[in-house]
Amino acid sequence: MTRILKVRYFAWVRERVGKPDEDVEVPDTVVTVGELMTFLAARGEEYAHAFENPKVIRAAIDKAHVKPQTPLGGATEIAFFPPMTGG
Amino acid sequence: MTATVRIQREPFDVATEAAKITRGRTDAGAVVTFTGICRGDENGQPIAALTLEHYPGMAEAEIERHVAEATVRWPLIGVTVIHRYGRIVPGEDIMMVVTVSSHRAAAFAAADFLMDYLKTRAPFWKQVEKADGKIWVEAKAADDEAAGRWTSTGKHQAAE
Repeated sequence: MTRILKVRYFAWVRERVGKPDEDVEVPDTVVTVGELMTFLAARGEEYAHAFENPKVIRAAIDKAHVKPQTPLGGATEIAFFPPMTGG
Repeated sequence: MTATVRIQREPFDVATEAAKITRGRTDAGAVVTFTGICRGDENGQPIAALTLEHYPGMAEAEIERHVAEATVRWPLIGVTVIHRYGRIVPGEDIMMVVTVSSHRAAAFAAADFLMDYLKTRAPFWKQVEKADGKIWVEAKAADDEAAGRWTSTGKHQAAE
């Protein structure tokens, strides 16, 4: 079984992937945020580049911060981005 | 308690925003404002401008969460946070925090707390324009440490 997740990318993650967002068909075997990063990294060269160092990538599910071990659960939107530099 | 969070492209006026909170009140004894300004250099190299990218919706939600946390921790009368996005040139304001309380300790502490969290948790990213191209600003470990000091006491730790 699979499900469709809206995935958004920001800053240099967006630049490396080459698009701001997309709908991704994710297998149910992908359970956590960290597993989704591994899954995405295997989608092509640009994704491998974006997710080459997953430790530095931050994530948010439905607009709230989450950790790599967080289950995707019933998420509809997940975002990946570098550490924040606002303020 | 009045809380205002705005994410906007346009410039803002700190004095106007502070006056919106204090106008017509007699219980406000302390106003603290912080304004973040675009510097003309990054790591010693001159920059032409910086461009701020943000995550619409999450930026507001994340700042509102921290404003709510600040109002639980300190007796505040009002808080306003405004953060700009888009292209900003050196000398222009980037963001501001206004905290209003009856006494200065709460106003100072809440502004400090909000700034530390904004730096590390609000989804904004700065890209600077230098002579040799555009580069993304790297997050500073010192900012994480500054935010970390607020978790060592009080309610936040209990919630972890």
